[in-house]
Amino acid sequence: MRIRVNGEAREVAAPTLDELLAELGYDDQLVATALNRAFVRAKDRSLTKLKEGDAVEILAPKQGG
Amino acid sequence: MQDALTLYGENFSSRLLLGTARYPSPSILAEAIRASQSQIVTVSLRREAGGSRAGQGFWELVRASGARVLPNTAGCRTAREAVTTAQMAREVFATDWIKLEVIGDEDTLQPDPFGLLEAARSLSSEGFHVFPYMTEDLVLAEKLLDVGCRVLMPWAAPIGSGRGINNAFGLRALRARFPRVPLIVDAGIGAPSHATAAMELGYDAILLNTAVARAGDPTTMARAFCHAIEAGRAAYLAQPMTPRDLAEPSTPLIGRAFDEEAP
Repeated sequence: MRIRVNGEAREVAAPTLDELLAELGYDDQLVATALNRAFVRAKDRSLTKLKEGDAVEILAPKQGG
Repeated sequence: MQDALTLYGENFSSRLLLGTARYPSPSILAEAIRASQSQIVTVSLRREAGGSRAGQGFWELVRASGARVLPNTAGCRTAREAVTTAQMAREVFATDWIKLEVIGDEDTLQPDPFGLLEAARSLSSEGFHVFPYMTEDLVLAEKLLDVGCRVLMPWAAPIGSGRGINNAFGLRALRARFPRVPLIVDAGIGAPSHATAAMELGYDAILLNTAVARAGDPTTMARAFCHAIEAGRAAYLAQPMTPRDLAEPSTPLIGRAFDEEAP
């Protein structure tokens, strides 16, 4: 299935958002997620199914002003 | 706590909010936070690749500093982007506080007042404690308070410009109109004297980043800002004298030597 992750086109197998994080090596990284520009809570990731053309954002803490 | 800064029910003795970006190294950032005596630091969220530990490492450094975090929505250009970013930040940083930025102009990074108000309304209704980055517009200020903001953060000058206070008249008018709302000057401060000037206008606190991070010696500059803000606050509370157009001798004239006209 072809989706976009953080703006990049990716071919992935994971059917859900939490499995996508595992597939892409995020494991226990502290991140927040959004699907098609809507926030997805960590506890809802396992219930969030992915489909062709989805856009996923995976964000982590960063320096800011 | 004497003369505490109160923001959404929490008290702070420091009136300097420090940004964490653009420092030469993580250790200099940690030293600068310590030297600034700041109790609130701003942070953000950015894309990160799987397997990276950069975000986690940064977050551990911030937590070790003991400062409270104020996440931002920097770079957002629409209310919707800002709301989603705020929701993501709330989960990662475990705080309802959000520095709300909705940028409307590429060159000046001026906030978009319309998107800002829309996002502030939405986030306030979701229980966020919103710190809106705004222009010094009185009408916008009133509307932001109406939708639930309890703190306002007008700019001094464009982000990262270091120009100091561009519109002292506007900032003074905002202070006079909202005497009980915590007002924080955010953005555009370049030198400690700018921060002192803003505090002398009666502003409650200063939020800055680049002026410390891009100084030749960020740690020493952080200390300088700490003192400058304390000086400005003390000066405001002490009620500065009114300026005059003509000179007035400070040493008494009565009793001076060689005065042939003395009674």
